[in-house]
Amino acid sequence: MNLLKKSFFISAIFFIPFSTATVLFAQSPAFLIPPAEFTAFDTPNDAGETISLTWSASPNDSPDVFYVIYIDKDKNGAFEKEAIRIKSNTSYRTSAPEIYGYKKKNNDYHYVQIFPKKVYNGETLPKKQTLYFKLAMVSGDTKITLDTIASASARGNWLHTKKINNFVIMIILSAIILYFIVHARRNPDMFLRKIGGLDAVDEALGRATEMGKPVLFVHGLTGMGSISTIAATSILSRIARKIADYDANLKVVNNDPIVMSVSQEVVKESYLEAGRPDAYNPDNVFLVASEQFPYVAAVGGIMTREKPAANFFIGYFYAEALILAETGATTGAIQIAGTDAYTQLPFFITTCDYTLIGEELYAASAYLSREPMLMGTLRAQDVGKGLLIIILILGTILASFGLTFITHLFEAF
Amino acid sequence: MNFLKRTIPLVVAFVMGVLMAIQYYVPHRISQDLLEVVSRWDRIIAGFAVFIGAYSLFHLHWTRIKRKVEGWGYSIFVYFGAIITLIFGFLNGGKFFWNDKQEGTMFDWLYFYVQVPAGATIFSILAFFIASAAYRTFRARTKESTILLIAAVIVMMGRVPIGNYISQYIPAVADWIMAVPNLAAKRGILLGVSLGAIATSLKIIIGIERSYLGGGD
Repeated sequence: MNLLKKSFFISAIFFIPFSTATVLFAQSPAFLIPPAEFTAFDTPNDAGETISLTWSASPNDSPDVFYVIYIDKDKNGAFEKEAIRIKSNTSYRTSAPEIYGYKKKNNDYHYVQIFPKKVYNGETLPKKQTLYFKLAMVSGDTKITLDTIASASARGNWLHTKKINNFVIMIILSAIILYFIVHARRNPDMFLRKIGGLDAVDEALGRATEMGKPVLFVHGLTGMGSISTIAATSILSRIARKIADYDANLKVVNNDPIVMSVSQEVVKESYLEAGRPDAYNPDNVFLVASEQFPYVAAVGGIMTREKPAANFFIGYFYAEALILAETGATTGAIQIAGTDAYTQLPFFITTCDYTLIGEELYAASAYLSREPMLMGTLRAQDVGKGLLIIILILGTILASFGLTFITHLFEAF
Repeated sequence: MNFLKRTIPLVVAFVMGVLMAIQYYVPHRISQDLLEVVSRWDRIIAGFAVFIGAYSLFHLHWTRIKRKVEGWGYSIFVYFGAIITLIFGFLNGGKFFWNDKQEGTMFDWLYFYVQVPAGATIFSILAFFIASAAYRTFRARTKESTILLIAAVIVMMGRVPIGNYISQYIPAVADWIMAVPNLAAKRGILLGVSLGAIATSLKIIIGIERSYLGGGD
């Protein structure tokens, strides 16, 4: 029994201090190994508002240890202003692939960005003001400050070097498009594959003329800033021209006042060009509602009351797509939809007679006008697609063998 | 006249198109300020355009009432709703419209208890339309619609607990359909759309697509 007691006491004497030390060390290390390579530099590819700081990771990095960066305008200043405080197991170079790429050693270095203007509470600092930084490591009451003073000044950049890949692609695609525009001028007889939805436009307009019922053109929900709305107004122009020729009745519903104004002008000019300015009625191009579901209710009401012979849903649509198209389907109208909103495409395909899928929306204007220069762009789009397919196949093969450089080459920042 | 209606808009489209394309590649403050100014112009124009839209709406419905066209009674509700909303908007909970907007006023009540539920009601119809559209589409009349039917059934079953109850493979197959063939098709469409958007932008910038100005070519 005595031996047992002795053993217990001996164990307790050794075990208690050891376990206490372990717990204390986990919460707050007794000594801190300072990081190294503390440097500051102007953040590349920005408007000149941030300074980047980097330093090597320390073996002490843990959630209980913090890095604090102090800022001062003077190299010999007191460095009392705290610019940023981060947990020492966060903010690595991996968070900035646009600067450091995808190297494995990025995990061994910390990286933060400082917004001097924010640190100085919105104070406008002089241009090219050099700022000085000191790094401290804090754990509980223990604090070590590095002697190194890093300095940098934030400067605006005139070229986003990480967007050069995007720029090059844009130049190549633009060159292809321009080449085919010039080529189409010389060779106007260009073959175009048939687009069912666009071939059916004449059929739909003819039906509306014969039935003496209106044609309803429904814009999507986006404004004139959206490229799909611009494409929609181009299609509207072609349709309005044909309607003016057929002497049918066109109604254009809008949910954006600017789109409405543009549509009014487009339809008016089309009627004028067709030699039928008298047939144009500005009240037929109108705003029904500026909110999504009131727009749906109003357009649905027009469909059920006036029973148009043909409905065109052209532009960018959201949840209203199916409600509109299904309401139109119940009225027995020929329905042609065109959208680049891929989430709504299945609904249009289900409920409309013809659907222009994605790029066909942009091809419509050229297809309907048959103007050689516009048709040249369609050929260019096909060549561009071919190029992208080759890159995709190449990228897939290389990625399958663990070579990801092509992925990073085309990365967007 | 042609100069004002054609040449100037084309020059504006070209200059602004090129300028904003370049702006995307310039991160400098001057470039960011330009973007901000242009965006501000856009917002200002949109603000004024609301009056044009309101005029169009009221003019249209006034004509309908005046001519007593079919369903003219609904047009009265447009005026009724607009006038009520305007009155409570101007009253601003007794503080009037020249003060900051007050919370919990009758104007808010109209929005939260009339407009929002009415919008939600329209949105809820979507569920029934999805059912009717699905019924039409999923009839296995052709090879394509049969594939669509099978894929849809697997995805639907994979998204509900009973799918996993029947077989643990159903959710896995559903995920595969969404992540592989569905994503591939989606990306294919997006690539085409992007190329189409570039081509359309270029056509507008260099002025060969002029139909958005009205009158075709």
